[in-house]
Amino acid sequence: MNGRDLVDALGPELLALLRSAGRIELERFCLELDELELRIPLGAFAPANGRVPATPVPERPDQLLPAEYVPERYTYPGRIREVVLGATRRDGGSRGRSLTIGGAEAPAFSLFDRPVVNLPVIAMDVFDTRVPMPKALRAPFEEVRDDPAEWARLNVSRYGAKVITVHLLSTDPLIRNASPRDAAATVESVLQAVDVPLIIGGCGDPRKDADVFAEVAAMAAGERLLLNSVTLEMATAKTLEKVARAASEHGHNLLAFTGLELNDAKELNRRLYEYIPPDRIVMDLTTVALGYGLEYSFSIHERARHAALMGDAELQHPTISGSTNAWAAREAWMPMAPTYGGPELRGPLWEAATALSLLLAGVDIFMMSHPAAIGALRRMISALCAWPLEEVPEGHANDWVTAPLGGDA
Amino acid sequence: MAFATRLVNRELALEACTPLAHPENAEALAALEALLAPPVRAVRFGTGDRQVTIGGKYVVSRHEFTYHNPTACAIAVDDASPREVLQDRVRSAARFSYNYIGRDLGIDAIAVRSTTGDPARFREAVETVQQACGLPLLLCSPDPAVLRAGLEAARDRRPLIHAADRTNWREMGGLAIEFGCPLVVSAPDDLAGLRSLTRTLGAWGIQDLVLDPGTFPGTGLARTLRNFARCRHAAIRGDDELLGFPLLGAPIAAFAGEEIDPVRCAFDEAIMASALLSRYADLLVLQGTAGWSLLPTLFWRFNLYTDPRKPVAVEAGLREFGSPDRNAPVLITANYALTYFTVESDIKAANLSCYLVVADTGGLSVESAVAGRYFSAAGIAEALAASGIADRVDHRVLVIPGLAARLSGEAAEATGWRVLVGPKDSSGLGPFLKEHWPPRPA
Repeated sequence: MNGRDLVDALGPELLALLRSAGRIELERFCLELDELELRIPLGAFAPANGRVPATPVPERPDQLLPAEYVPERYTYPGRIREVVLGATRRDGGSRGRSLTIGGAEAPAFSLFDRPVVNLPVIAMDVFDTRVPMPKALRAPFEEVRDDPAEWARLNVSRYGAKVITVHLLSTDPLIRNASPRDAAATVESVLQAVDVPLIIGGCGDPRKDADVFAEVAAMAAGERLLLNSVTLEMATAKTLEKVARAASEHGHNLLAFTGLELNDAKELNRRLYEYIPPDRIVMDLTTVALGYGLEYSFSIHERARHAALMGDAELQHPTISGSTNAWAAREAWMPMAPTYGGPELRGPLWEAATALSLLLAGVDIFMMSHPAAIGALRRMISALCAWPLEEVPEGHANDWVTAPLGGDA
Repeated sequence: MAFATRLVNRELALEACTPLAHPENAEALAALEALLAPPVRAVRFGTGDRQVTIGGKYVVSRHEFTYHNPTACAIAVDDASPREVLQDRVRSAARFSYNYIGRDLGIDAIAVRSTTGDPARFREAVETVQQACGLPLLLCSPDPAVLRAGLEAARDRRPLIHAADRTNWREMGGLAIEFGCPLVVSAPDDLAGLRSLTRTLGAWGIQDLVLDPGTFPGTGLARTLRNFARCRHAAIRGDDELLGFPLLGAPIAAFAGEEIDPVRCAFDEAIMASALLSRYADLLVLQGTAGWSLLPTLFWRFNLYTDPRKPVAVEAGLREFGSPDRNAPVLITANYALTYFTVESDIKAANLSCYLVVADTGGLSVESAVAGRYFSAAGIAEALAASGIADRVDHRVLVIPGLAARLSGEAAEATGWRVLVGPKDSSGLGPFLKEHWPPRPA
């Protein structure tokens, strides 16, 4: 096909139309042609941009031509619900303070045209049993690995954790198959050891988790725990109702977990609305490690947040990221050639980079492990949430161009 | 028509239509170029095979379409370094390569900074860099006399000039025209200033521009990201031609802040690079060359620029490794490209003779596929049947990934095969099979 045919093929009338129009918006536009789907992105046909080939070189303007910049402010019809984690004595629990997540009215950390409603929160992991863990990840916690209460205390006192996640992996039928009662006792010991809000993690088995969550919910009535998690598998196994009712009755929140699929997330939420108010639901859309599909997680979170802000009420829930999953990447923990440093450096960076990407996609709460990764994400959150925005230090705007810089690590 | 479709889907570039290059089609070519021009201009620098294209963006978020022209990563060197140091740094940067799902990730360009402000030193540094590697160059100095010396030394290489600002734009614009090079415009935290510069230079006929709204370390990151987002939103959602150019991010600024510990600086630089990649940077200038700080950047760059319309998947089916006999182990895994290539390289490294059934998990890794029920007992049974493996081996024992342990019972039921739960990481396959294969009688 020669060039002329190609123009003909695209349609001379279309071309003429586009030339005369200042602007054409094709939103979610599909054009069926020869059974082929043409996806035309917004702005792809933008003749207004006028990138017509070079004409003879014009003269240099005498002066800088003036120009203004007026920021556009976008508003959205939707808003993310707020969910309260933890209950103080006054509200029927025993926590020192509660935390509110969610509330976003615009995409996170993008145009910075309004203050952040609630700061993103970092929860630190505690495991109730020894599971295989990279050395670099467990090193900071070596002395407390057999005592969840001590581990929680260390996270709060040494690392300043504001929320603790207790992963009840011992309940896994494939690990120790610990009883719901034992699991509840573990949670009780952690509740006594620290006064921050708790997230309670199960083992992933839809039947066993239901029993464990029901027991824990009753034992810790009024504490406003976040039960991590309920799934569509539970719906299939007919255990979802049990957990949802227990959470509702005893005043807890639910974490709705789905695997990178927004229709599933919406379906699960719809089922939960039958039992529990929507402001008790947080979504886990799945966090995959950097290098192992993080881009899927990133785009799912961006899409979910965008749809929610555009008005999709079934997605207007705060989201959580299990960023410790970053350590599933072998680049985080594997011994490598010297230029790649050790896992004690690479691992935390991997975890921080994974969490950061999802922070920018709008995630409201992070479950993390390594203190260095947590420190990096905290610095990032405080830098990004300052309001009004920090000024750029006078005279230091583009130092990197000419300054002698420190050594290469 | 199929060609036109692929053109509009950006699966093909206009250059792929060779008849268009013919002079008699110049008008048609121009019309098509204008029609297909992205709201963020594509700018090229460097020459030959190593030429880099940046920008050319159609959307703000990748899920709206896909991102084109992966962010170019440039390593910075300076003209105060002794010649040998400079050579080593450039060579090691150019050599850096990491194999990730069958692709080599590496560095795209070198940014030569003038810290001496001495034209002769800069010229020398540019010559040294060019002798040491063939990568495209950025030449960085606020002083036009220094840049002229560098441009004379890199005359045929079409480097990117950094940068024209409110005070030096006449000289810098003159250099861009004289040497036929693309030009960065710099106005730190001043988008009106950037627009004024692109308007002025555009009126002068200079179209190949790149925006540097400033990259500020530490608490300045909010302002940095805001400026990047404002530029990109203005160009794509607001049809603002004056901000419709690629964005230059400088994570290297992490080394120019208050922090002096080089490891801490490199860590912060990697974090900034990651944030800037997520927030539309088309070009990054980096200081750290250590593998540990580069890896997250190069991975994330690669990942963000994969096409979300197509999962990074390999074909499902049966693969054979070594010389498997009728008693050889049968393994199963997901068809996410990274999963597959990881398992493949581990099987090869351990020198195993075995069969590997690649199940269609929709391009998801084992862990996500199990969670999302794309990898299920029924799926395993289906993949096993479709692979025809039952005719190739005499046994009926299947090794499933450790991350799919949860499925072992149901999978045994669905397939009628005995199921062994393999290691969570395929690097453990060698030792695992040594211990468990041939399997002990059930």
